[in-house]
Amino acid sequence: MAGILGHKVGMTQIFDNDGLAVPVTVVQAGPCYVTQVKTEETDGYASVQLAFHEIKEKNVTKPRKGHFAKAGVEPKRYLAEFDFSDVSDVKVGDEIKADIFAEGSKVYVSGISKGKGFQGTVKRHNFGGGPKSHGQSDRLRAPGSLGQSSWPSRVFKGLKMAGRMGGDRKTLKNVQVVRVDVENNLIFLRGAVPGAKNTLLEIKK
Amino acid sequence: MDILHTVTANQLRTDIPQFRAGDTLAVHVRVIEGDKERIQIFQGVCIKIKGGGINESFTVRKISNGVGVERIFPMHSPRLAKIEVLRRGRVRRAKLYYLRNLRGKAARIKEL
Repeated sequence: MAGILGHKVGMTQIFDNDGLAVPVTVVQAGPCYVTQVKTEETDGYASVQLAFHEIKEKNVTKPRKGHFAKAGVEPKRYLAEFDFSDVSDVKVGDEIKADIFAEGSKVYVSGISKGKGFQGTVKRHNFGGGPKSHGQSDRLRAPGSLGQSSWPSRVFKGLKMAGRMGGDRKTLKNVQVVRVDVENNLIFLRGAVPGAKNTLLEIKK
Repeated sequence: MDILHTVTANQLRTDIPQFRAGDTLAVHVRVIEGDKERIQIFQGVCIKIKGGGINESFTVRKISNGVGVERIFPMHSPRLAKIEVLRRGRVRRAKLYYLRNLRGKAARIKEL
């Protein structure tokens, strides 16, 4: 595994080699800097900590400043850990760019999805709602029965009901990398990815 | 938006003639069958131009064997070999959906 942090730029379409239009999400990925390499001996597990996106000096907390100073990296806004299959060739201060991904390869993409607010069961859990006609009133988007009767005399925990929707961390598997623009550090992913524009995304392979 | 414009800028075609809804077009489409490639011509009235930048597309309507056929083309598709403007029509709207309800003589468009 290896990964990178990026910002979602937005969606557009590009034409592939066959001349077909492909829907893509453009991600401003990196450059990320390695701020810490964790190894089996020192931390009990192996991973690489990456920093991404500029930040004003006054907004960096003192502990963070010290952490970045130790790594010899300018302070950044985000820190995240990634499992790199082989951490031996990664050094603190290294720059990770979009070119770690090959065109046509499949990646995992994680991000915080758009918040939808308080939503009913039809939108939130794809319930069917009630009948439209035949003497129905106020049943169109109703959730229906919540359970049985005298046994169990309660509603089971975890029952799908109305509530807050979106704003969760979602991971998409097997997202195709359509194109990589190494010069501008842009990654073109096929289709949609979670979140609004400027959402922080983790891309792993 | 700036990044989205710049990344698609080199895919925009500059060899496409200016045309509007109401113009009669002959669209030369590259059809790929196996390894062979040939040109197919779709001729009809442009009834709509939609979108902008790389997402721009246009719809061409023709009557084929008495049946109305509409085809939507991406404006900047590399599959379009050529677009010929055969006739410039005088129309008073940007989307000519009303043509769908007309046939024969009534569906004519005056030349500019």
